[in-house]
Amino acid sequence: MRAVYGLYDDPHVAQQAVENLRAAGVADTDITVISSEPFDHFEFGHRDATTAMPWVAVAAGVVGLGLSYYLLGAAQRSWPLVTSGMPIVPLWSNLIIIFEMTMLSAILATVVYLFVSAGLPSRGGKMYDPEVSDGYILVGVENPQDGARLEPALAIGSGRVKTIS
Amino acid sequence: MNRTLTKPLTDDLIRPLFQTSIWFYAIVFAAGTVVACGAAAWGYQIWFGIGSAGIRWPVFWGFYLVNFVFWIGISHAGTLISAILRLVNAGWRRPVTRCAEAITVFALMIGAMFPIIHLGRPWLAFWLFPYPSDREIWPNFRSPLAWDFFAINTYLTGSVLFLFLPMIPDFALIRDRSTGWRKTGYGWLSFGWRGTTRQWNRLESAMQIMAVAILPVAVSVHTIVSFDFSMAAVPMWHSTIFGPYFVAGAIFSGIAALIIAMAVLRKMLGLEQYLQPLHFENLGKLLLLMSILWAYFVFAERLTVWYGNEHHEMVVFWATQRGAFAPFYWTMVICNFVIPFVILANYKTRTIAGCVIASIGVLIGMWLERFLIIIPSLAHKQLPYSWGEYAPQPVELTIMAATFAGMILLYALFSKFVPIIAIWELKAGLPSRLDPAARAEAALLATRLDTEEFSPEASSTHGEHR
Repeated sequence: MRAVYGLYDDPHVAQQAVENLRAAGVADTDITVISSEPFDHFEFGHRDATTAMPWVAVAAGVVGLGLSYYLLGAAQRSWPLVTSGMPIVPLWSNLIIIFEMTMLSAILATVVYLFVSAGLPSRGGKMYDPEVSDGYILVGVENPQDGARLEPALAIGSGRVKTIS
Repeated sequence: MNRTLTKPLTDDLIRPLFQTSIWFYAIVFAAGTVVACGAAAWGYQIWFGIGSAGIRWPVFWGFYLVNFVFWIGISHAGTLISAILRLVNAGWRRPVTRCAEAITVFALMIGAMFPIIHLGRPWLAFWLFPYPSDREIWPNFRSPLAWDFFAINTYLTGSVLFLFLPMIPDFALIRDRSTGWRKTGYGWLSFGWRGTTRQWNRLESAMQIMAVAILPVAVSVHTIVSFDFSMAAVPMWHSTIFGPYFVAGAIFSGIAALIIAMAVLRKMLGLEQYLQPLHFENLGKLLLLMSILWAYFVFAERLTVWYGNEHHEMVVFWATQRGAFAPFYWTMVICNFVIPFVILANYKTRTIAGCVIASIGVLIGMWLERFLIIIPSLAHKQLPYSWGEYAPQPVELTIMAATFAGMILLYALFSKFVPIIAIWELKAGLPSRLDPAARAEAALLATRLDTEEFSPEASSTHGEHR
């Protein structure tokens, strides 16, 4: 069995299914919850919430700041233009470009980190059911050691249990 | 419970993607024709030279730069408003954000075209790019035009990503509900999105970070556009108030454009249930606030010039107050302040129709404001021998009309291929998601009965939620 999962039309029942899987001995990291919207008010919606993304963005911003500061100065020194009595490397006007490059670096790093940490793009072949897009919440386990044992844990409320062989 | 609540909502919002009305074809044809005329006019200008436009000494910045500033201002509708509302977690933002973010991207694309059109020789635009040439010549990084390049490109990149990232879950939703080329296309666009809790958490974190990052970028973009003027020793340009004045004006015109776009989409796509009077009322209040702020900036700018009484500035001042440009000036004041104030200050007239009328006035007024900043000052520089006039030529008028048609065309096509309201954000804002207490109790009782045989201890924690 490649996967066993339940489909629920009620987030409270989905929460119960997650609890049941835990009670059945399934590790938290092995439980997959898939939905067509975030469920911030449910415990299962906060799994995997910890992320280094803000720090990555800040670090990338610092790198962008340092690089643009260096590159601007190097470019200006390599072709020294005298403009309106300003220094060859004028910090005041360079700050504008340095600021833009700092923010651009932070934004791009955030997006790259999002894609990498969220596993995107994904080629498929993973546990999924198109009924999720109708509003159902999928709770299941991929590659379970004993899938049959988990089926009762998922068969609760109006949930429907499915398996992928 | 979950499904029955959200399925009709999803069906409503993706219906325009699968059903095409005759109006869509009519709009695309009409707008496409005007855009084609604009492209032909630009081709004419390239072939016969920049002299076919009305820009000549001393007014070298004509309609092209007026429209550049106007469209960059309109671009502040989306990302800025969306980012602010996202950060303060304003619940009513949910149906509004994507409409707004799309305006930003399209307006920026259109606005960024004008400096290239204005060049006359657009194939030399790359001279502005910071690339290491054979002769090691770099752009002059002290030039506000180089700042424009960096600021607009940063804002455009950030805005495109800010628009695109929240579309990925909606693309996945359409992928699951479509067949054939649509399934393939939306499959590619959704990057294999499944909607795991990890993916949702990462997406929401990314949107928060981007909202924080894009806000100062948005402010910087229009400040830098204002530097194009305030760094020059031209009468009534060399002013320290130009940065915030331009930013306030940009947000002002952006909100007006957003209200008009939302009203049109609401009617054309049958979204009355989602774009409700409340949304227009809230945006109307914001528009009123910006109208008052705009009036304050205009007063502060004008009073300072009048009190300073410098001769070359007073020439421009009186040309706009009671000279040749006075009709435009007072029309601007009526459109930007009188009309919005009269309509929006009264809650009885702050209806959808009232907001749209006020917004049309604001767009006209803000275009005139850009015109009045650029043309009178360039036509009345310090020395009288350099005074001149400006008359826009058919080439400029056609290209200007084409950009407005281009905006309509891009927006129509966008709403045909992308749900114009973020479906997942709207679902996440449903009352049942925000206040689950009563429903949780009922579900708890129902599911306990089913689970008791399997795991009694599990039921003790069932229904736990934050």
